[in-house]
Amino acid sequence: MADDPSLISRRSALKCLAYGGAGTLFTLASGVLVPLDLAQAATAQGATGRPLFLQISDTHIGFSKEANPDVAGTLMRTIELVNGMPEAPLLTIHTGDITHLSKPSEFDLAQQMLGGLRAGDLHTVPGEHDTTDPAVSEYFSRFGKASDNRGYYSFDHGGVHFMALVNVLEFKAGGLGTLGEAQVAWATADLKGRSASTPIVVFAHMPLWTIYEPWGWGTGDAQPLIAQLRRFGSVTILNGHIHQIVQKVEGNITYHTARSTAYPQPAAGVGAGPGPLKVPADELSSLLGITSVAKLRHPPTLALTDATLA
Amino acid sequence: MRAPGPVALLGACAALLLAVATAVAAVPETQIVIKDFMFGPASVTVKAGTTVTWVNRDDEPHTIASDSGLYRSGALDTGGEFHFTFDKPGTYHYVCTIHPRMLGTIIVEP
Repeated sequence: MADDPSLISRRSALKCLAYGGAGTLFTLASGVLVPLDLAQAATAQGATGRPLFLQISDTHIGFSKEANPDVAGTLMRTIELVNGMPEAPLLTIHTGDITHLSKPSEFDLAQQMLGGLRAGDLHTVPGEHDTTDPAVSEYFSRFGKASDNRGYYSFDHGGVHFMALVNVLEFKAGGLGTLGEAQVAWATADLKGRSASTPIVVFAHMPLWTIYEPWGWGTGDAQPLIAQLRRFGSVTILNGHIHQIVQKVEGNITYHTARSTAYPQPAAGVGAGPGPLKVPADELSSLLGITSVAKLRHPPTLALTDATLA
Repeated sequence: MRAPGPVALLGACAALLLAVATAVAAVPETQIVIKDFMFGPASVTVKAGTTVTWVNRDDEPHTIASDSGLYRSGALDTGGEFHFTFDKPGTYHYVCTIHPRMLGTIIVEP
């Protein structure tokens, strides 16, 4: 595949990714992300037509500062965008920071609004903003059932194995996100004996690869797990946390972070820290959005589409 | 009974002010300002019995959590405050659980 002139180079593919906005579809072929023209993709042989799942992230219900005084409004627009899709996704994952301050009222509003999504069952992982209540109980009392209150769990859907991981609880002072020994042992057992041809989707709040260490954008103990994922033919690792799209492809593993529905954050290292980024009002919609993922049959892999509210 | 004259009133007010000032002085306080994802100052030395107040001046929430589990604030939104009184001498490390790279230390002297 590498010498197939019809495939664009990894460098130019990544260049396209850097500018990837709404309506760009990427397929993974031999470890190279290939942007396709959307019109072509719509009729592409092998596409199922229906998105396998939707990723929504960093809704931050409760935030009301200048960067977006109406995060409930932008979440509602997101829900309308999803509900207006020609084919409803089969399920939805929320990659954390459902709320801004872990308040019961914020969780209640978020849960009520997300209930309006016509996009299959909702699967969640917590973000660090969801677990700041001293008892760390508000998230788990609402979303803990699927994982027996551990936060991490796995399930199968549409021939794809999904692993929901938590990297915001066992934080290390001065360090990155942490999965913890118990979770890594669980994930190891979960992957053991699984066929390498099963597409794997791993999702967690904080990136599972180090994007920018000074801001804590990474997971310190993820490498042993990544090593176990390398034998699989198609691995998609999805995160939120950084409120912007950053992607990386490494062998058969695609890493992708989703936009927030609430507010953007600065690019790595720009400014004092990873706080809300104020942008002109007419630019905000183009920086908020969702990711939808379709399963392709040939090759058996996943295709990611990022859409904005603009 | 004759109403108190202006001089007597002034005296009473002065006494009240003195009492308030004495009460404030009796509880030593130190403030740490959180700004630009940093505790300022990051290390503070206080006398035992001092109440430390953290105030968040960022647009992003922060938390104050002791390494030892001695205290843990909820999320402090912009302008939010958290107080803790350090009674026993020792060195107390703390972190923001939302941004674990934000570290601080309180050194409490006898």
